[in-house]
Amino acid sequence: MDVNLCVGCGACAEKCPGKFDDGYNANLKQRTAIYVEYPQAVPLKYAINPKVCLKLTKDKCGLCEEICPAKAIDYTQKEERITLDAGSIIFSPGFKPFDPSRFDNYQYTNFANVVTSMEFERILSATGPTMGHVVTFPKLPLNPKKKQDKLLVEKRKDPKKIAWFQCVGSRDINKCDNAYCSSVCCMYAVKEAMIAKEHAGGDLDCSIFFMDMRTPGKEFEKYYENAKEKHGIKFIRSRVHSVTEDAETHDLNIRYVDEKGGIIDDTFDMIVLSVGLEISKETRELAGKLGIELTPSGFCKTSSFEPVTSSRDGIYVSGVFNSPKDIPESVLDANAAASAAGDALSAARNTLTKAVEKIPEINVVGDRPKIGVFICDCGSNIKGVVDCAGVTEYARSLPYVEFADEAMYACSQDAQNKMVEYIKEKNLNRIVVAACTPKTHEPLFQETLTNAGLNKYLFEMTNIRNHNSWVHKNNPDIATQKAKDLVRMAVAKAALSEPLKEEKINVNDTVMVIGGGLAGMTAAKSLASQGYKTHLIEKKDKLGGEAHKLYKTAQGEDVQTHLDQLIREIETNENITVHCNTTLEAVDGFVGNFKSTLKTKDTAFELDYGIAVLATGAKALVPVEYEYGKDPRIITSLDLDKRFKEKDAGLAKLNSAVFIQCVGSRQPDRPYCSRVCCTHSVDNAIELKKRNPEMDVFILYRDIRTYGERELLYKKARELGVIFIRYDREHKPEVKLLNGKVLIALNDHVLNQPVEIEADLLTLATAIIPRRDERLANFFKVPLNDEGFFVEKHAKLGPAEFATSGVFVCGSGHYPKPVNEAITQGRAAASRALTLLAKKDNLFTSGTIASVDVMKCSQCGVCVAICPYSAPRFATEGRFAGKAEINAVLCKGCGLCVASCRSGAIHLRGFDTNQIFSQIFALGEVV
Amino acid sequence: MNNKLTGSVVVIGGGISGMLSALDLANSGYYVYLVEKGPSIGGVMAQLDKTFPTNDCAM
Repeated sequence: MDVNLCVGCGACAEKCPGKFDDGYNANLKQRTAIYVEYPQAVPLKYAINPKVCLKLTKDKCGLCEEICPAKAIDYTQKEERITLDAGSIIFSPGFKPFDPSRFDNYQYTNFANVVTSMEFERILSATGPTMGHVVTFPKLPLNPKKKQDKLLVEKRKDPKKIAWFQCVGSRDINKCDNAYCSSVCCMYAVKEAMIAKEHAGGDLDCSIFFMDMRTPGKEFEKYYENAKEKHGIKFIRSRVHSVTEDAETHDLNIRYVDEKGGIIDDTFDMIVLSVGLEISKETRELAGKLGIELTPSGFCKTSSFEPVTSSRDGIYVSGVFNSPKDIPESVLDANAAASAAGDALSAARNTLTKAVEKIPEINVVGDRPKIGVFICDCGSNIKGVVDCAGVTEYARSLPYVEFADEAMYACSQDAQNKMVEYIKEKNLNRIVVAACTPKTHEPLFQETLTNAGLNKYLFEMTNIRNHNSWVHKNNPDIATQKAKDLVRMAVAKAALSEPLKEEKINVNDTVMVIGGGLAGMTAAKSLASQGYKTHLIEKKDKLGGEAHKLYKTAQGEDVQTHLDQLIREIETNENITVHCNTTLEAVDGFVGNFKSTLKTKDTAFELDYGIAVLATGAKALVPVEYEYGKDPRIITSLDLDKRFKEKDAGLAKLNSAVFIQCVGSRQPDRPYCSRVCCTHSVDNAIELKKRNPEMDVFILYRDIRTYGERELLYKKARELGVIFIRYDREHKPEVKLLNGKVLIALNDHVLNQPVEIEADLLTLATAIIPRRDERLANFFKVPLNDEGFFVEKHAKLGPAEFATSGVFVCGSGHYPKPVNEAITQGRAAASRALTLLAKKDNLFTSGTIASVDVMKCSQCGVCVAICPYSAPRFATEGRFAGKAEINAVLCKGCGLCVASCRSGAIHLRGFDTNQIFSQIFALGEVV
Repeated sequence: MNNKLTGSVVVIGGGISGMLSALDLANSGYYVYLVEKGPSIGGVMAQLDKTFPTNDCAM
């Protein structure tokens, strides 16, 4: 397939006789030998599977070559070897879902209604094999051909009961070698159960069988609680041993032991195996070729302080290969790896990239509109329903239309080149494209206008596919009429369009980082290494933040050694100015142009900067329960770290040590998991055992959440004899100080008996609480969530930045996180900031923004009050002082002020009132 | 020595992580080669129906 010629029309796949398993749909259906991965694939280019293509295997067929209108099929293509020169490599090969067919107890291969979570994901999807309809026998085709399958499909039904089995291929060394926790399965199982219930209606019974519920991410605990309370999803703490199948109905029978030790039999219509994430053999081999070190579980070995750097110089890693993780963490890894790979090459930045050639713009102001209209067939997508030739002919009859043409694919390179020619040849000064959605294609056509020397706002797009041919495919006549109406409206609007100007934003490339903890220091260091002057603001008298209180990382690295080294690097970096004992008093301005007042004990000073990174961190809760503060033997996790750091010899002499988890976390007033405390306590329990193997060490917990390879610590602690006793929120342990003893009473979950433990040391694993800095949040117009953590731009795709341009976030102010994750996010914030700083001379506002007709403005202030982006203000000086003016940088073009202006003084450029009305009037015109 | 540095990066893997590394680097002034073994980028995330905890469409 010649990807430069393929236009992605799909004509080839309509006729292709070859078939193979559709991997995108988890092999639940078949696809043709010539295929695209999925309808929205990028690039949208077809590929041939040479193993099933009849032409390539048997030299027969050749249909696709005959059919292809773009002449893109080339059967002679051979594998090529390409050599690339690069300064760094980022290795992000991802994972493979665990294959449960090697487990005989769950009978995945033999039972029709046992599916993997990946398969279930596709079953839930509207683009999946069942179009989102959850049915039994999902592994069989919708209309099977084999007789045997036909009989089974007759028994197909909407399931009434579905079970999820957690930890399939994770936390398991009996049946497979994956000792680690895959980190994502608890959450995706909850999600799948919720969505399945949504699709099936209220009465679907969903049960999740789990060992520990691990929901330690941001907003995860609330999601879990909602699943239980609002959606009625059942959570059963049990590992199901095996599954049998009813030979007649194919229902699935299971037997399990409940929490009280009772044996329960139950029947389900479907079972979903929550399969873990695994590093494939191919990836391990490739890692071997690259010469990078792996952990025993197959993930890349990285240090907590350089969390995206592999053991080989110049190779950086990200994503699940770097440790099992979910999407936002993969995104943070991605940003951080870009930062690490880029920092190593900072001296060579901008040496291989090319600047876009600027084409001079033709002045069309005052010219009579000469509109060019292009009607797209979109292969058969539009033309299959709409009479495109008729619409093109009709367009030629409209006022100001100079030229109209039909294109098989208006977006193809070929059609774009033609468009440029027509614009020049016929002196067109407005362009209308009737095709698909401007959301995906407007920028492409606008670029074509720019290439032809036209202002890109002299363009109008109307959607005759999504809004027309797709939804009216059974009524071609009406669809054709509607296409004509849409084109007429677009032409009417285009005739009134004017070239718009994009204002240049001046970017001050000085950076301010607020918070001198690990995350803030990391962000500052990265941006400084890229050559930017960075001011690091710390309110305390020294850098380092909460990390000063930590003993070791989960990987056993000494925190203080690394911290001291990082502080030294920061303090000696020429590009970094450290301001300790300094607080932020005021913030004014916007992206690229911030101005702040900062205050030290005795002075105040001003700072101009273009980018801000908020790394203000979080702090440990001071507990108010479990007799804390009443006895020196009752301490917090950080107090214990202090004793370890100070090499307290007394620790080895303890006979009994107890840890209580979730002190202040996962409760109604603080409905989130503090993420780090399980690992911290497990690690500290191991440290105690190391100092005195005879010591009785107990961890009282609700769910042990040692996600990822931290699970190995949990395993090690159990092997060393640390005793884990579970309690639930309603029956917390009781701590008593009696006769000079610290006594802890609770119910043992295994014995189902009350037990009392005497502790020489009781460590409370306290919650991490946010600083809830509303003042800072208001300064930068960034939101805080209910608990007081900063809310990032996008929960999945924008975890290190705010919706406010030019402001970035990292560290525990975003959500509690361990050392390695704080450093990753620090780098990620730097990487995101760098992309903005790199645009220093090329940052422009949008052209479609509001503007004020000062002669009409009555100074009422509604626009100033209503704008969510603070774009309108009263001018303070000049001839029009007191009238409203719009800050072009802050305006997002939403139109709120336009609609609310009582004087009709505000206009939205590109969507002006006369343009909108002309469209409406055009609609009403009788054709 | 800096003269020998090459201002380009190879990113291996076109999943969500690889794609975003590539975008950040390209937007920061580095030339990027994004290498993916399949015919299109997107990775496993493109196969997911919804994403937790917002239940947004993964696509």
